Parts: sequence; structure tokens; C-alpha cells
Amino acid sequence: MELRSYIIRRLLLLIPVLFGVTLFIFGITMMFSPIERVSLYVTSARQMSDIPALIETYGLDRPFFVQYGNWIGQVFSGNLGWSRVVGMPVWDAIWTFLPATLELAIFACPLIILLGIFLGTTAAAHKDRPLDHGTRVMAIVGWSLPTFWLGLVLIMIFYGYFRGVLPPSRLSIQMDMVVNSADFVRYTHINTIDAILNLNGPVLLDALRHLVLPVITLSVVNVAFIMRLMRSSMLEALGKGYILTARAKGLAERMVINKHARRNALIPVITVSGYVFAGLANGVVITETIFTYKGIGWWAWQSAVRLDIASVLGFALFNAVLFVLVNLVVDILYTRVDPRVRLGGAVQ
Amino acid sequence: MTDWKFTARQLVRNPLSLMGILIIVVFTIIAIFAPLIAPLPEGHRDAYMIPRDGYSAIPTPPSEEHVFGTTEGQYDIFYGVVWGTRSAFRVALVVIGITILVGIALGSLAGYFGGLLDDVIMRITDIFLAFPALILAMAIVAAIGPSLRSVMIALTAIWWPSYARLIRGDILQVREEDYIEASRGLGASSARVIIRHALPNAIYPTLIMASLDIGAVVLSAAALSFLGLGAPEGYADWGQLTSFARNWIVGPVSDPLKYWYAVTIPGLFILFFVLGWNLLGDAFRDIFDPRLARR
Repeated sequence: MELRSYIIRRLLLLIPVLFGVTLFIFGITMMFSPIERVSLYVTSARQMSDIPALIETYGLDRPFFVQYGNWIGQVFSGNLGWSRVVGMPVWDAIWTFLPATLELAIFACPLIILLGIFLGTTAAAHKDRPLDHGTRVMAIVGWSLPTFWLGLVLIMIFYGYFRGVLPPSRLSIQMDMVVNSADFVRYTHINTIDAILNLNGPVLLDALRHLVLPVITLSVVNVAFIMRLMRSSMLEALGKGYILTARAKGLAERMVINKHARRNALIPVITVSGYVFAGLANGVVITETIFTYKGIGWWAWQSAVRLDIASVLGFALFNAVLFVLVNLVVDILYTRVDPRVRLGGAVQ
Repeated sequence: MTDWKFTARQLVRNPLSLMGILIIVVFTIIAIFAPLIAPLPEGHRDAYMIPRDGYSAIPTPPSEEHVFGTTEGQYDIFYGVVWGTRSAFRVALVVIGITILVGIALGSLAGYFGGLLDDVIMRITDIFLAFPALILAMAIVAAIGPSLRSVMIALTAIWWPSYARLIRGDILQVREEDYIEASRGLGASSARVIIRHALPNAIYPTLIMASLDIGAVVLSAAALSFLGLGAPEGYADWGQLTSFARNWIVGPVSDPLKYWYAVTIPGLFILFFVLGWNLLGDAFRDIFDPRLARR
């Protein structure tokens, strides 16, 4: 089967899943009374003044599927409702808070991938020797760490004990003023990138200082996850015949590990990128909450605690769609990386 | 069964899994003997509500009266972590128990009958698995109202789909075996074939994996509690105890680590509890992973 038809087939398969996801989200909202559900349809503060009229307009007392149709129509036109917590439409809130979260991800992803692969390879290459046991114990501990607690302890040490070396939040007050002044052009709202584009050293440094702890907190669990996977994948690759061949022809052990085994061991790691995305999405809520780092995770937490249902469900829907798309991309990448994978066609 | 003996011997021989077993045993003892270790004060009604010694917000350091000190609101940390062990086990057992039941029921129906039923059940699991787990749990808890019960419902909701799939796969594997065919040929009903023949032969690894998920369930429950979506205020719960410390992470300039006990102690209990199960789980994974078999 050709790649194009494979992609088309996969895209078609997304339709039932996304239909189910929206139905599920909508089903949850239907547990609320029409008055509470009004916020799902509102796009400006002024509309909230006449709730009965809104119930009438959107038919919030009509049968389930009529309402579902209405709601999904609204969602497709980009209206996810009104976020009470921040006083703006949910869709706007997502775009307002997303850059901060992206900034975390930009730093966390390379760290997770490189460190995870490096540690996993090292452990496998030293199988059953002290280095292997050491890294494995580290991974299990990292895997067991309550992220929220790790964040608190890091703040206690690096903000408290070391007198504010690595502070929480996104920027210090002074730098926040610089960033919001007229001279500073906000191209992307990602502080580090904006600082580079504005050639502003102090802002860059300040932003980086604020990023260290959240990025570590966000990465630990995922590093442990990739490391563990990489280790077993490497061990499997090292047991293959071509490794024996490579060793038999007298290749240096480093070449065997780096060129022959690692390349093949990477394939399963690519397939779990979807899990890493989910891990980051989950972790972002906790990390941003602890560090008062105002990204979408922080906003989602605020919304959840203050029972702002339109925001929470909008956030969940946004994440689900993203997650499904990430998995699609991963599957397509997989077919490119590993020529052994046939696109669902018969073996020739 | 020699299989069991082999597994057990492997576990005890490996120092890591042995440590895991010890940790779990210690926590089990704490949970069972909680009323003796941290007795209920006179006139205190609900054992799961942490007794308070005053109402001041500022945590007080460990003393003879409060071995681990008190946290924000003068809740006794020692009492909280000891009874929190019971809460942790309870949440884990309830969530895992229901998850297994739902997973077995739907998974074996899907795997055994196949066809349309299989498609429908699997598409439903797709929907649940389309969400990052904790985010779905958060949404569910926020929707039905924060409480310990909501946390358990939400965690069950995010956990059951993978079990249903796992069990479906196992049933699919044994479905075509001769002994299934034989019992069907003898006129056994579908229910009987599933319960008496298919499940017992398919479920062993699933049950073990499930029991090892206890650590992960407790970790997620603690995260939700920490976020303020779990137990009511004052309930003996590790996640909540940790969140009490949020305002006291950094002490005064003269003594920045002044409130270390409020920050670290509840978290250490979570860490060790989860670590115990994960150490054991890691060893199991090695034993069960045929690709890494060391025999």
C-alpha cells in the first residue's frame, strides 16, 4: 500500500475517535443544568447578562442530540465557550497561555530525548555491571518521584537555601516590565526566543533562570521512561545476529554500540513519542501549578479548582485532539524509519 | 506450581525487588496497625480526619508531642502520614479492584465474541485513551465535584481501558486453543467457557501487572489531591499534606529551610510507597519479558 493511501485511511479512522471524544466531553457537560452550561456557548462578557435568552437561543433545554449538534457546530466555528477564571473566551485563553507552555516543552523535549537515550544506551552497554545497576535504580526512583513534591523540594533548595538563584514564575518583576514595555517586540510570546530576537541579554538570562527548575521537574519522569525503554531495546538489539557479525569482524565495541545497535534500538523509542507527549501534557499541569508558571497547565488547574467547567473541558478537548494527531504523526514517521513495517498490506 | 516458585526465588534473590518487598511489608504493617501507631486522641470522632493542635497557620517543628511537627493549620504530620497509608491502600485497592472487574468483563466479552461487540468496546477504549490520562481525570473530577470518591471514579475511568485491551488480547490468544474447543464441544455455555476455561488461562500476567499498578494509582491520586481536587480538608491524605506545605516552602531569610519537615515528610512517604511497588514491578517485568529471559 502506498504511503498516501495509508495516511488517508488513518485520517478517516480519526473521525470516529474524535466523534466519540466530543460526544464524551459533551456527555459530561450534560450533567449540569442549562444555567450552568450557558458558559459553553458564550464568547463575550456582555452576553452573560441575559442567561434565559441564551438558554433559548442555544436550545439548552432541547433533546441531547439537538444540543450536541448545536455545540459541535460552535466548536467547529472556534467557540469553546467562556473562561470565567481569566475572563476571556476559552479559545483565546488557550492561545494566550500556550506560548509559555511551549517554551517549557522546547527545553524539556531535547533534554528528555538525549538524556534518556544516552543513559539507556550506557546502561545496556554495561549490562549487569555497577553502572547499569546505578542508572536503573536512578530510573526507578525517577519514575516513582511525585512530580509535585520534587518541584517543592527544588524550590526549597534553589530558591530558599541558595537565596533565589533559581526562582519560580516566568520572569522577575523588573524583566516582566521590560518585556511588556513598548520597546520590546513580542514576536512569539516565548520569552527566550523573543529576547534573542530583540537582542536583549538580561531578559534572556532571566527567562532561562526561571526555566531551569520547571524543565527539570517536567523532565525527570520522562527521562526515566525513555531510559528504561532504551535500555531494554538496546539489550534486544545487542542480541541480534548482525551485532555478532560486527563484533566477529573485529569492529571496535564503541562502533558496535553506537552505529549498529543504537540505530536499530531507536525505532521502538520513536513509537513512544506519543506517550512522552501525554506525559508532558499531564506534567505541565502539575509543574506550572507548583512554579506559578502561567501556561495552559496553570490555567487548567485554576479552572479545575474553581470549577470553571467550560475551560476544563475545552482544555481536555484541545489536548485530546492534539494527542490523537501526535499519535498519527508518530505512526507515519514509524513507517518511514523502519522499512520493515508494511503499511497494512500483504507480505509479498 | 513450579512457575510460582521460580518467580518467587527470582524476586528474593534480586536485591532490588527484595527491597521493594520489604518497603511494601513495612507500609502494610503501618496501615494495619495505624490505630496503635498513631492512636486516636480522646474525643476525636473520625479516625481519618487529622487531629489539629490549634488553628495557627504557621507549621511547628518536630517535638515530643508531634514527632514530625505540624503543618499549616496545626495538623499533626505524623498522624497524617500514618493514617494516610491506610487512605493510600484504600484508594489503590478500590481503583485497581474495580478496574480489574470492568476490564475482565468488557475485555473478555470483546475477545471471546469478537465481531460487532468487540468493535464497539474497543472504540470506547479508544475514546478514553485519546486523552492524556491525568487531564481526563482532572476534567472528570472537576465535573462531578472534588472529593475522594470522585478521585476514585476518575482514576478508574482512566485505568480500565488498558486492562480491557490487555485481557481482550489474552482471551484472543487462548480462544483458539483445543481445550476451549473441547469444552464448547461438550456443550458448555459461553459464560462457563469464559469463566472456567478462558479466563484462568489468560489472566495470570494481568493480575500481577494490576497489583503492581498500585504505586501508579497512589501517585495519581496524590497528584489530584495535591492539586486540590481530592479529599476534603484535613483528611489523612499524603497529597493533601504536601499541598499544605505550599505556602511554607521557603522559610525566613535567616533560616530558609525552617519548614523542611512540612515540605519533605509527606512527599517521602509517597515516594517510598510508590518506589516499593515499582521496584517489585521492575523485577517482575524482567522475569516476564521473554525477550530478556535470563534462564
